[in-house]
Amino acid sequence: MAQFIQQIINGLNVGSIYALIALGYTMVYGIVKLINFAHGDILMIGAYFGFFALATFNVPFGLALVVSMILCALVGMTIDRLAYKPLRNAPRISALITALGMSMLLQNLFRLLFGAQPRRMPAVIELQRIEIAPGIAISNLAIITILLSVGLMLLLEFIVKKTKTGKAMRAVSEDKSAAKLMGVNVDKTISITFAIGSALGAVGGLLYAINYYQVEPYMGMMPGLKAFVAAVLGGIGVIPGAMLGGFAIGLIETLTKGYISTTWADAFVFGILIIVLIFKPAGILGKNTREKV
Amino acid sequence: MSLLKTEHIGMTFGGLKAVSDFSIEVKENELVGLIGPNGAGKTTIFNMLTGVYAPTEGKVILGETVVNGKKPYQIVNLGLGRTFQNIRLFKELSVIDNIKIAFHKDMSYNTLSAVFRGKKFWKEEKEIDIKARDLLSLFNMEEDAKVLSSNLPYGKQRKLEICRALATNPKLLLLDEPAAGMNPQETKELMETIAFIREKFKVSILLIEHDMSLVMGICERIVVIDYGKVIAAGTPDEIKSNEKVIGAYLGQ
Amino acid sequence: MDKKVISGYIKNITAIMVVYAIVFYLIQIKVINNYYNGILILAGIYIIVAASLNLATGYLGQLALGHAGFMAIGAYTAALFAIAVDLPKYVELIAGLILGGVMAGIFGLIIGIPALRLRGDYLGIVTLGFGEIIRIALLNLSFTGGAAGLKGIPRYVNFTEIYFLVVLVIAFLFAFIRSRHGRAILSIKEDEIAAESVGIPTTFYKVYGFVVSAFIAGVGGGALGFYQRILDPKKFNFMFSVEFFIIVVLGGMGSITGTILAALALAFINEFLYSIDELRLVFYALTLIVLMIFKSDGLLGRKEFSLIRLLNRFGKKTKIENAD
Repeated sequence: MAQFIQQIINGLNVGSIYALIALGYTMVYGIVKLINFAHGDILMIGAYFGFFALATFNVPFGLALVVSMILCALVGMTIDRLAYKPLRNAPRISALITALGMSMLLQNLFRLLFGAQPRRMPAVIELQRIEIAPGIAISNLAIITILLSVGLMLLLEFIVKKTKTGKAMRAVSEDKSAAKLMGVNVDKTISITFAIGSALGAVGGLLYAINYYQVEPYMGMMPGLKAFVAAVLGGIGVIPGAMLGGFAIGLIETLTKGYISTTWADAFVFGILIIVLIFKPAGILGKNTREKV
Repeated sequence: MSLLKTEHIGMTFGGLKAVSDFSIEVKENELVGLIGPNGAGKTTIFNMLTGVYAPTEGKVILGETVVNGKKPYQIVNLGLGRTFQNIRLFKELSVIDNIKIAFHKDMSYNTLSAVFRGKKFWKEEKEIDIKARDLLSLFNMEEDAKVLSSNLPYGKQRKLEICRALATNPKLLLLDEPAAGMNPQETKELMETIAFIREKFKVSILLIEHDMSLVMGICERIVVIDYGKVIAAGTPDEIKSNEKVIGAYLGQ
Repeated sequence: MDKKVISGYIKNITAIMVVYAIVFYLIQIKVINNYYNGILILAGIYIIVAASLNLATGYLGQLALGHAGFMAIGAYTAALFAIAVDLPKYVELIAGLILGGVMAGIFGLIIGIPALRLRGDYLGIVTLGFGEIIRIALLNLSFTGGAAGLKGIPRYVNFTEIYFLVVLVIAFLFAFIRSRHGRAILSIKEDEIAAESVGIPTTFYKVYGFVVSAFIAGVGGGALGFYQRILDPKKFNFMFSVEFFIIVVLGGMGSITGTILAALALAFINEFLYSIDELRLVFYALTLIVLMIFKSDGLLGRKEFSLIRLLNRFGKKTKIENAD
């Protein structure tokens, strides 16, 4: 029993990171109907920015986090402007291929700039294990990870539901041309969406790097893919769905590792994706839509 | 005999009733118009008839078959052809390929025959080529056979779409705003084309249209809907003087 | 069959045999040494797999990102079969390739049915996930040799075998595309709703096209095993799938000859730029993005390149010039 609870705690820890990343996928999909393959690499970039801030400039963790968020927001907006915006009305497959190319570009550009060797992430905080009950412990890092993620998700929920920007985002995702007619600045709203999604991705990336102690150019791929599975599982385009999906994937992954097999855990996650798409393609919280004729 | 009959069909999207209690009957050799203000649910009705949407209520009967829940291509095989409000051609394919695709169901050679270029392949391909060219020449488009369909002028694109629907050999043809975007001269030509189609192909036509001169000029019977419900039905003259119809159009 | 068709066949077959004879002779007299011969064989395998991907992406219009997975299935199936049985070389080769293709096709069916019912972009993710599952499975299963790879595969593929396999696959694809089945597949890429409204069973043709594509990728994988004699599961990763994708996009989505040219070019570029791998990949990535923005159907688009047409045109020109 103690072991099971321990696994749940670990699952919530990774799950919160997946949820943060999944939000970026879901927000961008919701607003421009594009699977942004490069989002996984945004988290890698976020981790690198954090790494340099922490290791090279020795700034405190909080500041490193904010700097990394801001820089990633800029990167996200730039990517959208340069690569995705020209293809807004192009066939979907062109935009998807561009996103794929962007992902490759970021990975290999970083590899070119900083080498393929993983770099060791400095210890941000002194790791402490807090024993909750006999055999069950939670690290202070896990607490920070979970609290930070949940806090940011609540903040996002607030922005989307209560602010003018959030209202514009919802309007654009509902109907771009109608939103434009109602005076919403569509391009600006899309930019903001990319910025917010990328900033959340940066936090996810930095936390991921701290939890696994390293940064490397291809680190974004696997968590990016899993976060995407999380977004689909929760219902792509639905913000609470991404959170739910993220935690679910985190739990499934840790429990598979703990009770079934470490090596097959990733295969399991993708297996779930395929099963979800067979039985509930719109995801847990998603709605079914049909193309307008 | 009735070709198409609907019994109280309705369509609900989420909580919104787009169409409710819609009943219509189209007989052989009839030309029926379906009119109504924007957003009245006309295209939704077409989508229900053609299987794009499954009606949430009621029955759609083609000939003697209930087609609720059937796929669009199965409904095509039962003799229902259609065009779209915003022309949907295979843009990057040639005019003749657009037509040949619509003859797909008339061919039966399998993949092996296709790959080894068997006797059946050549026979059927030759037949289809002749049929497609004949069909195009009926509409004076044989010269355009090799042209990319997206390079055709607008009026010809509309015509090609009708032509493509006819290639599926329909008993009933549904035309969704065939005159949309046309000038009066083109509309007049379209009316002649429609008359020609009825004569030549012996098909019944159900059409959605906003151009009243066209609707009043060629339809034998008109059904008017508003807010997803039938508000009037009758001959053009009856419709012209119907108060409900005037009200719906003037927004009363 | 009319005369024009027959003369076309004769011209094509002659051209194929002439090219074969020239390259074969160059290999014999060592103008093409073993190193370049190896690159040519790999290029042949790239052509097969990229052409199969072009069927799924260029013609059918579906984003498929897991062709390395289908290749791996074909490669392992064919190799395990050849190791297990003891039959004459060509029987093992042909049966192995067919078995590999069939197995890949079965997997294509299993993931194609659920994924192709959905909107296009999901297929990309499902195939990507599928490719990863296959890679992980091959790394962890014992009968495939696990992470150490599968060794002891007989070498059944050399230049001659791969050349005629490529000819076979390309001829098949051309014939398939230029038939009612091919037209149905093209119509789906153009406009799925319109296709269904003129009587095309779209779901059937999406699955069918995808399964055929998986089958050919499996055959290509089988050939890879019979050439390399050893299979390393780590090779069949996402980047490998993406390389085929780049070939398709470069050559033109919907152009088989474009795929052939791009595969040949990339096989050689890959070899020469191997030492500066990251620069190569940055270059590919930039190419993809720039192409999509400025010429979204790839370099050649849907145009087919024809040597015979080129020769004909050239011949006509000289005739006219001579007449002058």
